Amino acid sequence: MTFFLQLVVSGVGLGMIYALIALGFVIILKCSKAFNIAQGQFVMLGGYLGFTFLLNFHLPAWISLLAAIAIGVVLGLAIERLALRPLVGQSVLSVIMMTIALSTVLEGVGVLIWGGIYEPYKGGLPTFSLPPVGGVSISPETLDGIILSAIVVIALMGIFRYTKIGLAMRATAEDEKVVQSVGIKVTTVYAISWVIACVVGVVSGMLLYSISGVQQTMSDIGLKAFAVVLLGGVDSIGGAIIAGIILGILENVAPGYLDPLLPSGGGLANVFPFIVMIVVLIFKPHGLFGTARIERI
Amino acid sequence: MAIFRTKTQWLLLLLLLVFVFTMPLYSSDKTITTVTIIGITIISVLGLNILTGYCGQISMGHAGFMAVGGYTAAVLMAKLHLPFLVSVPAAGLGAGIVGIIFGLPSLKIKGFYLIMSTIAAQFIVIWLIIQMRGVTGGADGMSVPRPEIFGLAITSKASYFILVMILTCLATYLAKNIVRTRVGRAFIAIRDNDLAAEVMGVNLLYYKLTAFFIGCVYAGVAGSLMVNYIHFANTEQFPFINSVWYLGMLIVGGMGSTVGVIFGVVAIKLLEQLATTIGPVLANIFVPQVAASLALILDGLVIILFLIFEPRGLAHRWEMIKAYYRRWPFSQ
Repeated sequence: MTFFLQLVVSGVGLGMIYALIALGFVIILKCSKAFNIAQGQFVMLGGYLGFTFLLNFHLPAWISLLAAIAIGVVLGLAIERLALRPLVGQSVLSVIMMTIALSTVLEGVGVLIWGGIYEPYKGGLPTFSLPPVGGVSISPETLDGIILSAIVVIALMGIFRYTKIGLAMRATAEDEKVVQSVGIKVTTVYAISWVIACVVGVVSGMLLYSISGVQQTMSDIGLKAFAVVLLGGVDSIGGAIIAGIILGILENVAPGYLDPLLPSGGGLANVFPFIVMIVVLIFKPHGLFGTARIERI
Repeated sequence: MAIFRTKTQWLLLLLLLVFVFTMPLYSSDKTITTVTIIGITIISVLGLNILTGYCGQISMGHAGFMAVGGYTAAVLMAKLHLPFLVSVPAAGLGAGIVGIIFGLPSLKIKGFYLIMSTIAAQFIVIWLIIQMRGVTGGADGMSVPRPEIFGLAITSKASYFILVMILTCLATYLAKNIVRTRVGRAFIAIRDNDLAAEVMGVNLLYYKLTAFFIGCVYAGVAGSLMVNYIHFANTEQFPFINSVWYLGMLIVGGMGSTVGVIFGVVAIKLLEQLATTIGPVLANIFVPQVAASLALILDGLVIILFLIFEPRGLAHRWEMIKAYYRRWPFSQ
């Protein structure tokens, strides 16, 4: 039982970060109907930025976080203006291919600046420790992850609900032509959605860095976040959060019990999200909370 | 309507074939290696073009299907000692069947969802191969005996080059013809609007799975050729990033065009060669990481530029050049 609870606790920590990555993806999808394959690369860059600011520059945690967010904002604006704006009105496939190409370029930038090697986490973020409850201990990094992700999610929800730009974004998600006709600049909304996605990706990258260190293959986490997105339903923000936690727990629990049974050391954790993905796509393509669309000719 | 309509076209084809098949006589080993890899990649991307370019079912797991073919051939040749000429078609068949299994979701979903399910296919296939250690050697890989055709051992690079080129020509010829048949027209109807196609009487179940089968047979044959080329099968020969590059080659060449496939593969592969040639030079001048990152950045940028400025790819540009030549001196 303790083993199970321990797996669940670390699963929730991982799941919150998954939810955060998935959130960035869902925001872009809702606002501009673009599927962003490069979300995982934002996370990888965030991890390396965390490493640079915390370890190389010895900056305090909050300045590092702000600096990383600032870089995320610039990156988001640049990507939207240079790569995605020229494709407005093009087919879904072109936009997807654009984000795929972006992901390889960002991957290359990661190798160029940091060499793509593994950098372990050596402290830097503030830590709170809780005493173990009933044999279940929660590591300070996991707690950091849970707290910071919760803050970011609540802040985003607040922006969506109570600010004018949030209203514009929700309206754009419904119908961009109507939004344009009442005088809201859709391009601004697109730009802001990319900025939010970039910032969210960079922040979750820093959190992941504090849990498991950073390396080039960290960008694969973006692919796993797609399983979260699909499970929650691609256009549902609440769904992304719930599915993130579900998948984080499953990913920890299932391999914990099944890996010893498999030959070649298992490695089920790496492939588990993809199995979930296939099952969801076959049996419930719109996910748990997504809206099913009826297509007309 | 014949593929080649004029004597000039026949002459140009003949010149191309003579040029390709006499390459071992005057080219260096490095060039032969590059062109062999290009040939194998062309076979694989031809399959992706039928699946994605003609039938509109986007696959980002093509390298995974190549791995299925590669390992099928490797196991048949190394464990069961079957000849090369039996193993390669069997590899195609094996990959085709796996393709049908992972193509099943395509009946309910399309676009982004299908991309996700094919990405999942890529990772699940590679994971399964590593898990089946008893058969495939797991993460260590397995060695493959040298191919032999009718008692004739294919040992030198040049002889394998000729073999690959023959198969590439055959694959191109078949791909060009498949899309001119009833099946090919059904694929195009599905790509343009699958609901409308179904209303007109195209059986979506049958034709979508056929597209997956044909596309993955090509991938399987290419995978088995790849494994035979280096006499070793390893999951690292079929990474996820290759699946991405294959789609990129289609974009650069032009979707839904057989000649575009050849343009795209050659362009991206030459770009990679350029990156590996000038990478070390730049690494000496700047920082050492340039060598590793140059190919990623360069290829990604080329795909981005093509998407923005030439979305229909090199094949479209080629048509424009041909039209200009035909209408000369009245071309604009």
